[in-house]
Amino acid sequence: MGIFGSSALILVGYIYWQTNGYLEQQTNATISAEIRGLTEQFRQPGGPGIEAVIRDRITRDPSRSTLYLLLTADQRPVLGNLAAWPPGQLDADGWYRFTLVDQQGRRVPFQGQILQVSKDYRLLVAKEQSNLEATRQLINRVYILTLAIGLLLALFGGIVLSSSVTRRVDAINRTSREIMAGRLQRRMPVRGINDEFDQLADNLNAMLDRIDSLIDSVRAVTDNIAHDLRTPLTRLRGRLESLALQPEISEAVRNELNATITDADHLLATFRALLRIARIESGTHDEAWTDIDLGALLHDAWELYHAVGEEKEITVHLGAAAGRMRGDRDLIFQAVSNLLDNAIKYSPSGSDVRLEMRDEDGHLTIIVSDQGPGVPEAERGKVLDRFYRTATVTGIPGSGLGLSLVNAIARHHGGQLVLADNAPGLRVMLELPKTDSAGPASVPEAGLIRAARPAHH
Amino acid sequence: MRILVIEDDPGVASFIIGGLRESGHTVDHCADGKDGQFLAGSGNYDALIIDRMLPGIDGLSIVQTLRAAGNTTPTLILSALGEVDDKVKGLRAGADDYIGKPFAFAELMARLEAIARRPVREGGETVTEVQVADLHVDLLSRAVHRAGKEIDLQPREFRLLEYLMRNRDQVVTRTMLLENVWDYHFDPQTNVIDFHISRLRRKVDKDFDPPLIHTVRGAGYKLSESP
Repeated sequence: MGIFGSSALILVGYIYWQTNGYLEQQTNATISAEIRGLTEQFRQPGGPGIEAVIRDRITRDPSRSTLYLLLTADQRPVLGNLAAWPPGQLDADGWYRFTLVDQQGRRVPFQGQILQVSKDYRLLVAKEQSNLEATRQLINRVYILTLAIGLLLALFGGIVLSSSVTRRVDAINRTSREIMAGRLQRRMPVRGINDEFDQLADNLNAMLDRIDSLIDSVRAVTDNIAHDLRTPLTRLRGRLESLALQPEISEAVRNELNATITDADHLLATFRALLRIARIESGTHDEAWTDIDLGALLHDAWELYHAVGEEKEITVHLGAAAGRMRGDRDLIFQAVSNLLDNAIKYSPSGSDVRLEMRDEDGHLTIIVSDQGPGVPEAERGKVLDRFYRTATVTGIPGSGLGLSLVNAIARHHGGQLVLADNAPGLRVMLELPKTDSAGPASVPEAGLIRAARPAHH
Repeated sequence: MRILVIEDDPGVASFIIGGLRESGHTVDHCADGKDGQFLAGSGNYDALIIDRMLPGIDGLSIVQTLRAAGNTTPTLILSALGEVDDKVKGLRAGADDYIGKPFAFAELMARLEAIARRPVREGGETVTEVQVADLHVDLLSRAVHRAGKEIDLQPREFRLLEYLMRNRDQVVTRTMLLENVWDYHFDPQTNVIDFHISRLRRKVDKDFDPPLIHTVRGAGYKLSESP
């Protein structure tokens, strides 16, 4: 915009300067030509003589647009349409400038040359400059107007152009965010006018298609592993189960078999959880998204787990819980269930676990806080990694996948999982964006795991 | 029951068939999708167990074809893809239930029996009350009595008891209870259901004889007059 405006300014300025110079040149050339003509006429041998020539010129120009004054060497006027020698200035280029007052009392500028006709006579030939001035003023007005219109057009065009650029960049940014949020089928909008933006969008789309086909092949491999490994594992578990049901085996063998089945189940559960995290992270659950009543969901989770807490004499409290969001209801329930399960598992008996929800800063935050050993600040980012467990919980069974799954679910919904100090204990915050009906849309920094500063109390 | 098993993996097939025969059912087996579809279409079976990934025609297509032809034989889908959305696809194709590999035989059996009884129950009149021994549940007024004494239950406890009563004398697994009583499909890290069963037992069984809610080892629970 600025570049456009200033180049228009420079261009108009240049034209103005050139035109002005040309007009002045034209006037000067007219006077010079007049003087040349006069000189030729009275130098002609046998001609009418200088006085006759001047007299002839004056009668042919009744409007007095050109002034003539023939002077003797001692400044006495001899002949001319000017009464006396006008006071004025002679500039370095030989131009004599002076001003006369006409009948209406206006000051009229003149410009002329002084010609040494002979030893005894000098001739002043001058032309009115007011025409030139008027033309110059007209041209100035036209230029100022042109400049103003040009600047306005530049401003308007600039706004239109830049808003259309902004719009198209915005569209690309919006689509990128949707894709980052897991809507991998989305593509950049193409207008079909084949400009640079279309070319950019086409290239990005080609890149996305390529990534998509790679993801598909990875997914196919995952599914095949799932199929290829689960089937023999099912067979293994089935054999063990059939053996354990045989009536002729001893009780000791039966117990051993049942323990082996439990081990196999653990292995399978870990395997299933890993596959599940991978599938959630690859964003393949979109069709399961619905409008979720989080208040009802938290109440259900609380009801399910407060019975578990009772057994350990842990009271599970349900605080404020109201709000709606779009998402996968079963996954959100899974996340809340994992958080409550962890809180109860790591809490000492007789303590409190609190489940509540906050609606602030455009986020719906589900908070589970306990009074257990907590997680040291330095390890808060790591406990979200697969299989990572803190030293404080080594005696308690767990897969090290529970929080990883919650984290994957948070990211899948464009949210994040934040761990903080509950002093004492751990406070886990599952931040979920309040999405509109369009699904996961705004996820700029989503998926970033941050270990929060200790919570304020 | 006369059951058709369409499963290409010989190990899994023999495990299922062995278990079903041991439980007293008549079983036909087929390892190929095309033959399976032909056999299933004959209408000679009380229930179908179909693997999702099959050579020839895949499991979901078989169910879709059967349903399109008006065949309503109760069908259970088996799959290595145990994810919730796969389950939704399975049910949308017309299957009655879906079970992910690997599974305990008890889970398969419990679900198979549950779907096989469904049409009979739905075909009859609307059930308004259920009675097992001296335990009486009025499904309309939601009143529960045992030996003439009124028992006060929380809404969820009532739904849990109702589900057990409706499936009396049948094994119901923990997963079935989670899905049907709590209506969430998820993997609990702890056996949360056990805690709720024990609360229900305290109210329904503790002060009465005989106990009606039984734990079936390695499978789940069963409500019946005799263990």
